[in-house]
Parts: sequence; structure tokens; C-alpha cells
Amino acid sequence: MTDSPLLTIRDLYVEGRAGEDWLPIIKGIDLTLHRGEVLGLIGESGAGKSTLGLAAMGFARDGCRISRGEIRFDGIDLRTTSERAKRKLRGRRIAYVAQSAAASFNPAHKLIDQYAEAPLLHGVMAREQARHDAIELYDKMRLPNPQEIGFRYPHQVSGGQLQRAMTAMAMACRPDLIIFDEPTTALDVTTQIEVLAAIRDIVRQFGTAAIYITHDLAVVAQMADRIKILLRGEQVEEADTRTMLAAPREDYTKSLWAVRSFARAEQPAATDDPIISVRGVTAAYGKTTVLQDVSFDIHAGRTVAVVGESGSGKSTAARVITGLLPPVAGEILLDGTALPPDYRARTRDQLRQCQMIYQMADTALNPKLTLREIIGRPAEMYLGLHGRALRDRVRALLEMIELEPDSYIDRLPSELSGGQKQRIGIARALAADPRLIICDEVTSALDQIVQEGILRLLDKLQSELGLAYMFITHDLATVRAIADDVVVMKQGRIVEQGTKAQVFAPPHAPYTDLLLSSVPEMDPDWLSNLLKARSV
Amino acid sequence: MSLPIFLILFLIGSFALAFVFRAGLSRILPHRHAIVARDMPLTAAFGIMVIIAYVFVALMAPVLAPFAEREVVGAQFQPWGGAHPLGTDRLGRDMLSRLIYGARNTVGIAFATTVLAFVVGAILGIWAALRGGWLDQVLSRFVDALMAIPSLIFSLLLLTIFGTSVLTLILVIAAVDATRVYRISRSVAQGIVVMDYIEAARLRGEGTWYLIRREILPNALAPLVAEFGLRFCFVFLTISSLSFLGLGIKPPMADWGSMVRDNATLITFGDITPLLPAGAIALLTVAVNFVVDWQLHRASGLKE
Repeated sequence: MTDSPLLTIRDLYVEGRAGEDWLPIIKGIDLTLHRGEVLGLIGESGAGKSTLGLAAMGFARDGCRISRGEIRFDGIDLRTTSERAKRKLRGRRIAYVAQSAAASFNPAHKLIDQYAEAPLLHGVMAREQARHDAIELYDKMRLPNPQEIGFRYPHQVSGGQLQRAMTAMAMACRPDLIIFDEPTTALDVTTQIEVLAAIRDIVRQFGTAAIYITHDLAVVAQMADRIKILLRGEQVEEADTRTMLAAPREDYTKSLWAVRSFARAEQPAATDDPIISVRGVTAAYGKTTVLQDVSFDIHAGRTVAVVGESGSGKSTAARVITGLLPPVAGEILLDGTALPPDYRARTRDQLRQCQMIYQMADTALNPKLTLREIIGRPAEMYLGLHGRALRDRVRALLEMIELEPDSYIDRLPSELSGGQKQRIGIARALAADPRLIICDEVTSALDQIVQEGILRLLDKLQSELGLAYMFITHDLATVRAIADDVVVMKQGRIVEQGTKAQVFAPPHAPYTDLLLSSVPEMDPDWLSNLLKARSV
Repeated sequence: MSLPIFLILFLIGSFALAFVFRAGLSRILPHRHAIVARDMPLTAAFGIMVIIAYVFVALMAPVLAPFAEREVVGAQFQPWGGAHPLGTDRLGRDMLSRLIYGARNTVGIAFATTVLAFVVGAILGIWAALRGGWLDQVLSRFVDALMAIPSLIFSLLLLTIFGTSVLTLILVIAAVDATRVYRISRSVAQGIVVMDYIEAARLRGEGTWYLIRREILPNALAPLVAEFGLRFCFVFLTISSLSFLGLGIKPPMADWGSMVRDNATLITFGDITPLLPAGAIALLTVAVNFVVDWQLHRASGLKE
């Protein structure tokens, strides 16, 4: 094998259409990738990571174009070769693994048939051979029942399994290069580990080169040989993983590293009466029980973090408190008196005291209303404000969430960034003058830097207004940053609860231990060490 | 002048007019709307121009028409020219005047009917999507049952039972069309009621009417506007066909549908007069659809 690089990108420019104009997305990036090497691409959303990943296949999304530069894959110039020739390369020699495997599989076909599609199309294998090969790769990806799992449909396997099946599928033709676009971002920490380990093994085993796109530094530290950091379409720095982690050069890189430095001051254990008490709540969707005898308290001025994997019943607990899902047994107490189980039976004042912020700010704000109406409505309804008083209140709220009132008050949600939308969600909750705010995964759709801003804002508001938060999350780093009390849930039951110090200090309940140890760390040897420790 | 040349000239002429109209519009309107007017396609400008012309004619009918709507002013089937530019009909009434009054009757009734169908259908449809459960089931099955009956036959049936006054005509066609509007607004609203902002509004304690009016309707508007344009044309054609069948707008009121029927015999003599009311119907239908297409395009945020 020669020493010439597998993929070289020189001075690449990609532009995206914005109305009449073309705006640059990638501005003059160079990239070199050798055979068998894994390159980590890091950046916030909008940094151009995915665009660069796709450009490495000679592809530009709809509304985008590669305007300048050179892309060479194993001596083939991808900018000048015909679409036909590029199609031959894709899937055969370059493969792509998307963020959401669930959305990328065709729900109407069995996994193994979709696996066989590319090898058949490119004439690499016959159908029978492809099936044998699939089972072998499923085994290598450590999927349960590799003999049988391929004959299921995508909706019949879990998200983590689907992501592994997708990686196996990308491997089907033994490509020279695989592009992973945030393959574990949508997964729980405990599932993420399995997928990361499987991907790493298979890439090493076949000596495949890979571009690994993510915004999670700790993840990329486990996967990549080299890391390249992007900011607004430009390269910030590139270095060997260990060098980069040990000694980042640029300020931006350092700020990425320092994001998780935010931590809320320790608070003494609560002694006052709780605002909300959840008492022995059991809840079910139809016949499926999703909460089993759950009890916890939320105190004024404190943050209760509810932690668990997806399906653990965290969000259901919030739905019971807000009254969207009346419980089968148990009750919710507000200042010691029982709330009606159904929100429709609650008084306006009871509704006002408990507000909610949602995970997806995009769907939580009515796209056709201006911020003035979105934020003003709760203030108008609950506090009876009108005219000038209402306008002043909205302006004050916008200032509280650190947005300049004059330039934002008449905007529509579509004219805001993701982080700003989430701030509006906060302002809408504040407008009701509540005592408890339920935050349902409010930071999980945001970049780390934006996340930190939101967490700091929530913390500031809490100390100014004495709010209580119920913070639902699967991200333990967030819990470490902001929680006073922690409730760990699994399959609808509370596994462990107590103050942050109690829960995070050993000895843990076994499940808490599993969760805590699954949070990726910056140490590049973390994954290897962890797997070694677990296999013992 | 041969027909193709006439058609080409007509097209060029109308687009030139539309161009001038658009330029004028963006000059007159205040800044924010002027931008919208400047960016609209010529087809839309043409559509708006035609609609304005129809509305103008409908409103000003008594002033514009040279003769009264029902007055017999001459011999039967007089040719074009003289005091009667478009001749007279089979009873000797002035064709041009009846065409002008017909705009008022046909367009006015069609518009009232469509608006009524939309108010009833959209509110019920969104309400059903919002409440779900038994209310949704009852309303939807009822609508399904109504839609199972062919609409023209159903309207004919109802009109024979209730008689053919203008009011019953409006109510009957609105009822039949409201079922279609119900279906589309329910399915559009079903996609909206699952959004978090609806849940947030519900948890805030908002009433049903506020939810429909402020939270759902603005987001359902684009498909509903498109449906409105199509529905208006359908209603318009239904009225005309009912009139043609003799169950619509009753004579002696002028109506384009019955005018086609009454003068149909002239076609056999090579006279194109009966085609004029038909052409008026066609032109308005096309114009409305041009405007709706443009609105739909704008609402969906698509660029060329």
C-alpha cells in the first residue's frame, strides 16, 4: 500500500442558497485522511461539519453547491467525475452513517434485505453470500441474536441496535472510507457506550478510514486519531487527539474544553416544606404501567434533577405533575393540599404556579405568533395585565432572558437561533410568575456552549426569583452542574434519590453506578479502560 | 381576425395589463405591502386584477348595465350591435346587462356559500381534532355518511325538498361543501394539536375558542386558503350547473349558468353568444386559482 493519502480536500468552498444570494458554509478547508485513520470533526451546529462530511463524498445537499476547491479520493477527482462514476463509489468505497438510523432505514423492508442492497447493486456479492456476511457483521457489532435480528423490521429493534445495524450495513462492501455523522447523539449514555465500542472495533478490524462528526468532545476523544475543530465554516485547529486534549492552542478550543466548568454552588439540604410533593404515584398509558409508586419532593429555590434512560418514566412524572396524565394511584400535593389529577379541573392559580419548558423549542413556540404575543399571553391571562403594563412586563421579561427588547419583541420564532428560542420558552414560563418550572430535557437539543448559557441563565433566575426547578435530563454532566437533589429512575421506578452529594458519592446503587460510569470522559483511554473494567 | 391570433393578442394584452397593474400597486401601497406586490408573479397580478374587475362589476351593476336585469327591451335573439352590443336573449332581454347582473348574482352567492361552508367546516374540523374522543367520532362519521352520497344528487334532492330560494341554495351547497372543508381542516389540525405549543396553551388553561383562533388557525391557514380558492370555484360551478339544470338561481334573475342553457340553441347557428357567460365563469375560475397558487407558494415559504 502506498503512502499517498486516501482523501485530500484542498481549499474547499461550499455555498448555500439564501434567497437570491449564495452564502458560504465552508470557507477554504483543507483536509487529509490516510488509510485506516479516524479523523474527528468537531464544532457547534452550523459550523459546517455535516456539509464537509458530505462534501468528502463529492455530494452537496439540495440548495448547496461546492463552489471551489479540490476533492480527491484515492486519486479520483470527485469534483470533475460524472455523477454516474460517483454513484459507483458511494456505498461501495465510501459509506455514510447518519445521525438518526430510525429515519434512515426504510421501515417497509427487513434489516438484512437493506443490508444486501448495496452489495447486490454494486455486484460485490450474491444475495445468499450477502446474508451470511450480514450475520457475521451483526455478530461483530455485538448485536444480540445475530442469526435472527436481520429478519426483523426497523421498528422491531431498539435505537442503539438500529445504529449498529446501520454501521454494519455501511461496512457491507468493505469501504475504504466511512463518514459517521453524529451516530450516537440521539442515544442514551448507556447505549452510546455499546455503539461506540462496536464502531471502534469494526473500524480498526477492517482498517477503514473514517470521518467522525460530533459535537461531543469526550466521544471524539475515544474514537479519533486526529481532531479537527471547525467554527463557522473555518478550521480553528487540527492536531493529534492526545496533543489536542493535553494542550489546545486556540482560545475557541479552550472554551470548548471549559464548557463544563459551570457548577452551581452547593446548597444545604432543604428544611422548609416542599412546594410540590409527589406521593406514591403510579401511572399508566392504557394497560402499560410506566410509573410505579414514585414519591419525591420539590422545594423552593432548589433544583431536583430527574435522571434516567429514555423510557425510564422521567417525562411521564412531569406529565402527572402538570395534570396531563392523571395517575392511577397516588397524588400530587401543592403546598400540602392535593391537586386535582386532571389539569382541566385545576384552578387558574394552580395552573399558574407550575410552568413547563420543553425539549424542542421549535415545536414549543407557535411559529405564527410574535414574541410579544407568546410571552405576553400568560402575563395577560394570569396577572390580568393589559396595554402599557403588559408591554412593560414583556420588555422586562426579555431583558431577564438577556435579549434586547427593541429588536426582538416583534420577531417570529423562525427569526431566532435555537438557543434564543429556548430562552423564549423560559420567558414564557416566567411570565406566569410561577413557583415551579419543569424543564424537560431543555438543553439536550443544544450545543454545549449554548447549553452552558441556558444553564447559567436558569441558575441566575433561580437565585433572583427563588424558583424551584424539576430538571428532567439524561445528561449526567448537566445534573452535576445544576442539581441540588437527584432522583435516579429506571423502568418507572425510583432507584435512588437524595441530595447531589449523597447520590454522586459512593456507594451507588448498581444502576446509578452504571449511569455514572457511562458518561464519556475526555481521557482518550477512558473507553478502553471502562470496557476492560466491565469485562472483568 | 382568426381565433389563434386573437388568443395570442388576448394573452399578451392581459399580461401587459397585469404588469402595469402590479407596477401601479407597488407604487400606491405602503412600503411593507409594496414589497409583496412587487415580488408577486404576473399570473397572480392578473388574477387579482380580474377579481377586482369582477367585484367592481358586481357592485356597480345598476350603474354599468345599459338596461334593467329583467326588462324585455327588444326582439328575440337580436344579433350583436346597435343598442344591444351583445344582442338579446330568447325573451328579448339585453344580453350585456344580464351578463353584468349575472356577475352580481352568481359571484355573490358563490362567495357567501363558500364563506359559510368554511366557517362551519373549519371550526367543526379543528374542534373535532382538538377534542378528539367521542365528539370527533360522532362528527367524523356523520360527515363520512354525508360524503358517501354523490354531492350533485344530494344537492338536487335537498333543493327539491326545501324549494329553490336563494337562501336554501346557499344553505344546501354550503352544507354539502362544509363536509369537504371539515375533512381537510380536521386532518391539518390533527398535525398541529400534537405540537408542544398547543400542550403549553392547554396547560395554561386556555379555552377551546382561543386555541382554535390563535394557536391552530394561523398555522392551518395555508392549506385552508388553497382549499378556499378551489372550493370557491367548485361552488361557483355547482351553482351554474344547478341553474343549468333549472334548480339553481331562479329566472328571471340573471345567472351565468342558466344563461348558457337558455341561449344554447344559438350555437347551432354559429353564434358564440352562449359562450360568453361560460367564458366569464372560466376566466374567474382561472383568476382565483392564480391568486391561490401564489398565496400557497408564499405561505409554504418556497422560493422559485
